[in-house]
Amino acid sequence: MTTTVEAHLPAAEPQSAPLLTVEDLHVRFPVRGGGRRQWLHAVQDVSFTIGRGQTVGLVGESGSGKSTIGNALLRLVPVHRGSIRLGETDVLAADRRTITDVRRRMAMVFQDPLAALDPRSTVADSVAEPLRIHRIKPSGGRRARVTELMDLAGLPKRFLDRYPHELSGGQRQRVCIARALAAEPELLILDEATASLDVSVQSQIMNLLRQLQDEMGLSYLFISHDLASVEHMSDRVLVLYLGRIMERSPRESLYESPGHPYTQALISAIPLEDPVAERERRRIILEGDIPSPVDPPSGCVFRTRCPLAIPECSEDLPPGQDLGPGHVSYCIRAGEQVVPD
Amino acid sequence: MSGALDVQSLSVTIGSARIVRDVSWSVAQGQTLGIVGESGSGKSVSVLSAAGLGPGNAEITGAVVLTGSDGVQHDLLSMGGNALRRVRGRRIGFVFQDPATSLNPMLTVERQLTEGPEVHLSMTPKQARGRALELLELVGIPDPERRLKAYPHELSGGMRQRVMIAVALACEPEVLIADEATTALDVTIQAQIIEAIRDLQERLGTATVWITHDLAVVGGIADEVVVMYGGEVVERAETVRLFQETKHPYTRALFESRPHLGSRAERLLSIPGSPPDPRAIPAGCVFWDRCSVRADERCRTEHPELVEPTDGHWVRSFYLPEDA
Repeated sequence: MTTTVEAHLPAAEPQSAPLLTVEDLHVRFPVRGGGRRQWLHAVQDVSFTIGRGQTVGLVGESGSGKSTIGNALLRLVPVHRGSIRLGETDVLAADRRTITDVRRRMAMVFQDPLAALDPRSTVADSVAEPLRIHRIKPSGGRRARVTELMDLAGLPKRFLDRYPHELSGGQRQRVCIARALAAEPELLILDEATASLDVSVQSQIMNLLRQLQDEMGLSYLFISHDLASVEHMSDRVLVLYLGRIMERSPRESLYESPGHPYTQALISAIPLEDPVAERERRRIILEGDIPSPVDPPSGCVFRTRCPLAIPECSEDLPPGQDLGPGHVSYCIRAGEQVVPD
Repeated sequence: MSGALDVQSLSVTIGSARIVRDVSWSVAQGQTLGIVGESGSGKSVSVLSAAGLGPGNAEITGAVVLTGSDGVQHDLLSMGGNALRRVRGRRIGFVFQDPATSLNPMLTVERQLTEGPEVHLSMTPKQARGRALELLELVGIPDPERRLKAYPHELSGGMRQRVMIAVALACEPEVLIADEATTALDVTIQAQIIEAIRDLQERLGTATVWITHDLAVVGGIADEVVVMYGGEVVERAETVRLFQETKHPYTRALFESRPHLGSRAERLLSIPGSPPDPRAIPAGCVFWDRCSVRADERCRTEHPELVEPTDGHWVRSFYLPEDA
């Protein structure tokens, strides 16, 4: 049985005060269309929290707004509405000095390490950059701290004076992680941080991230289009589509009993490792493409591709349906199973 | 064995870099061959070189024979430029990872679809236009009349990839080469494209070579899989057998290093280090320095041959699972 809960109320919060609290986040960008000024709604009504030492996975396809959320946390994009709190700090109201400190406490690791590193800086310079920006003077000296950070990220000392082009993709991503850790952040925003790496190297980086979290009590926002990686890394997961949260849940119940038809389709789209099962199974194939975020569908934004859509779906934003502890699905038919094609 | 495309002892060398060494495989009509490897494994270079699209400064040896549906055999590596272009344009279709860079941004969808049939099948513009419409319907593009007039930038990523598949199939090729054809796409679109290609293959009987880094993708579509590492074939078997009786330590590591849906593993198996530099290929086994099964003096100094311990299952390792 399902009961309706308040649509924007984040559910299953960590017991202690969360490190990060995001409420009703709305990010939009102006676009020009036929001479008229229109808005591209990249993120709407997004609320979530991240507890200390916790990983929240943000999964969605391209255009879902997942990277925009990461950028908004650091105020790298203008926020139209909503609130973001890091501990006691109001991120959106922060002055210059405070926002610099916010960016020290939340560090970002991007998808493409080659683009994220300055080709003319040595590894040591790149890793030391946050120390310079935040005027941190490590007690043992900067070079010693850089060596220590590289050691944490699993990079040998002999790489100190190398340049990015002399390293492999996995090594470069380790440099980015070492740099992200330099100013002792509390939260890492990992934006597709393993997506551009080879399979064998992805596992090295995911293991490293889990190990660092255990040792340092870091919190992660793990942004990815890959559901299997998100499952491996996350405590709780948010499923995003066209800028809105479709489903939020602790990891286990999301993957075991996905309640939203979109989540069901995403999970069904992943090829199974067993070729016999893969050939026999029937998958949910969504029709068409993601609609334009400039003019999103009325009511539920997923309804134009949804196999369960009914006329009522176009009327109002679907309220959250409670499917279990902390498991909320924003769909009026939440919990119903889509029958594969 | 003779198939639609037969590759024998293919090697590709550029200067001191031995990028591909002694690669053999074949794919028959109506069959799909999966070629799996990480970046630098030589998977794309080997297939593109076989089709005469390798790097311009490369030295290519071996034999590549394409057998047409008319039974005529074409030796691709010994063919001259124009003859090769004719055979390739008519008989091999290509689908690449990034449709944005493979389609001509200056031409409408219609022109990209009609060019091949007009040049290679001597169709009239009117016939070619009819064919273009059929092709768009075949790959599942809604409202094909309207899409014919569109330019690539007016289409979504999934739609562009479908157009590229339609272009690749325009001349009803005997062989379709799909190089990371779904890698850049979202999972729901990837599922659509894989369904579309499966369906087309059933209807048209095209031989397909599917190049990917993702073992799970080939598991669902390939009849046979070739696993490449460091420029050579390390394992080759019929798909279900490769998945169920994996023999090479590298292939096994590939399976175990990726997170599986539903697994609650604390740590993933990780393969330490990185692939070999093609300019300094080790004398022994190419995988020896990363191998977790066993890496002894023999592995370091002696190069293992590709052997066939069970019928149709080839593996390049001194130590098979039963010995480990």
